[in-house]
Amino acid sequence: MKKTIITVVGHDKVGIIAKVCTYLSDHNINILDISQTIIDGFFNMMMITDTAQATVNASELSADLKAIGDNLGLIIRSQNEEIFNMMHRV
Amino acid sequence: MINIYEVHETNEMIMHENLDVRTITMGISLLDCIDSDLDKLNANIYEKITRLARDLVKTGREIEDEFGIPIVNKRISVTPVALVGGAACKTPEDFVTIAKTLDRAAEEVGVNFLGGYSALVSKHMTAADELLIRSIPEALANTKLVCASVNLGSTKTGINMDAVRLMGTIIKQTAEYTKDDGCLGCAKLVVFCNAPDDNPFMAGAFHGVTEGDCVINVGVSGPGVVKHALESIHGQDFETLCETIKKTAFKVTRVGQLVASEASKRLGVKFGIIDLSLAPTPAVGDSVSDILEEMGLETTGCPGTTAALALLNDQVKKGGVMASSYVGGLSGAFIPVSEDQGMINAVRNGSLTIEKLEAMTCVCSVGLDMLAIPGDVAASTISGIIADEMAIGMVNQKTTAVRVIPVIGKDVGDTVEFGGLLGTAPVMPVNRKSCEEFISRKGCIPAPIHSFKN
Repeated sequence: MKKTIITVVGHDKVGIIAKVCTYLSDHNINILDISQTIIDGFFNMMMITDTAQATVNASELSADLKAIGDNLGLIIRSQNEEIFNMMHRV
Repeated sequence: MINIYEVHETNEMIMHENLDVRTITMGISLLDCIDSDLDKLNANIYEKITRLARDLVKTGREIEDEFGIPIVNKRISVTPVALVGGAACKTPEDFVTIAKTLDRAAEEVGVNFLGGYSALVSKHMTAADELLIRSIPEALANTKLVCASVNLGSTKTGINMDAVRLMGTIIKQTAEYTKDDGCLGCAKLVVFCNAPDDNPFMAGAFHGVTEGDCVINVGVSGPGVVKHALESIHGQDFETLCETIKKTAFKVTRVGQLVASEASKRLGVKFGIIDLSLAPTPAVGDSVSDILEEMGLETTGCPGTTAALALLNDQVKKGGVMASSYVGGLSGAFIPVSEDQGMINAVRNGSLTIEKLEAMTCVCSVGLDMLAIPGDVAASTISGIIADEMAIGMVNQKTTAVRVIPVIGKDVGDTVEFGGLLGTAPVMPVNRKSCEEFISRKGCIPAPIHSFKN
């Protein structure tokens, strides 16, 4: 398993999860967990995904999700989980 | 498992507080390139650098994409060239050919700077050391990516005053050779006392002879993150202040550790050290000066500045040391004037002077860095500034450095633009009383008494 965290930040609107999930499904990325909340007035969504069998590499995934985000007026990022573990877990 | 708030905190640091990894620097030993034939030597150097660093920039970009953390610079440091070129170079011009080779190799692999056009002369100079030093003005004028450094003293050896005197002249010549370019050559030339062998930061990076064949060193940054964290505890006591800096430095350094170990693994190169430095950039919100002002100073340079900087520097180290398996390099807060908008403002409003910066260098990581001074300042005065800074390093057993830019044709009140990360420098006033007679003395200042520890 290779865990990748996908985050979506911005103004909430219809179809965000659908668009992201469709992309992930098309590229064989499994969603393990989804959580969402409002932080500082902004919609925040976090997906924990498994990209071990993905048909795109990390650079392509990051660029594709950024493009989807740009179209929706949102910031969508994908990051290897390890950066968060390193920073927040001793 | 990681929660959404932790993820949010990390991404806020990256997107809004300028958290980045400042540099991945590949250290490459050139000792096995040595040949007495200059053409062969140059060919060996070019081949080794382009072979080992071929994937450095690409790997850096892949790590950026995968972890979503910007890695601002990918750089190379090499064995001090005075050691490498000694057998082949009989004139300063011979050394310049090596500088050009390094420049071509750096360009070929796509790094933005290459350091190590250096000589280590903390006690005395060999013939090769002196030839290299004398070649620096021409070398820096004829290359884009090469950085030069000279180690002029150490706690164990004292200060080589003959080399200090020579460097005053060399810095002036470098300014003259690059005067059509804002005297930019001097921004790529630094002199040290107690230079570390594993510094990943330019302009002073070189791959020391105590190092292995190839190594990855990483420099972290994050003044904006520290400033933001301090805003949230505004006005609270020193314990809270120190704890907050320490925790923030830990988080920032952990990212550096991750990037270093990933780069090391992917490139198949040994991991060397993390340099725990708060390195500012001219970008708004990426300033060490802003942190000092957030602590409660009206403007950097006012009374209290040295204490605030000492506190900051110490807490950054305390937080960072546990976050990394190996710490080295310069490790501390940098105070380069032209690269820090807060420092630039403090100089412009008259609060920050060279003398106050000198005091600050006693308690932070490096020294008088990226200062523009009038172009007509005497070479001996520059040597005097260097000697003072070397003395601080020698006596306090720390690294100190000087990177001054005598800007030809400009005077106090003028500004020089270097562009990019090198920023903008207001020309600062210098005490013009002469130290010529002192600097003209031949020989060395002996090592201080507390260096005799055996």
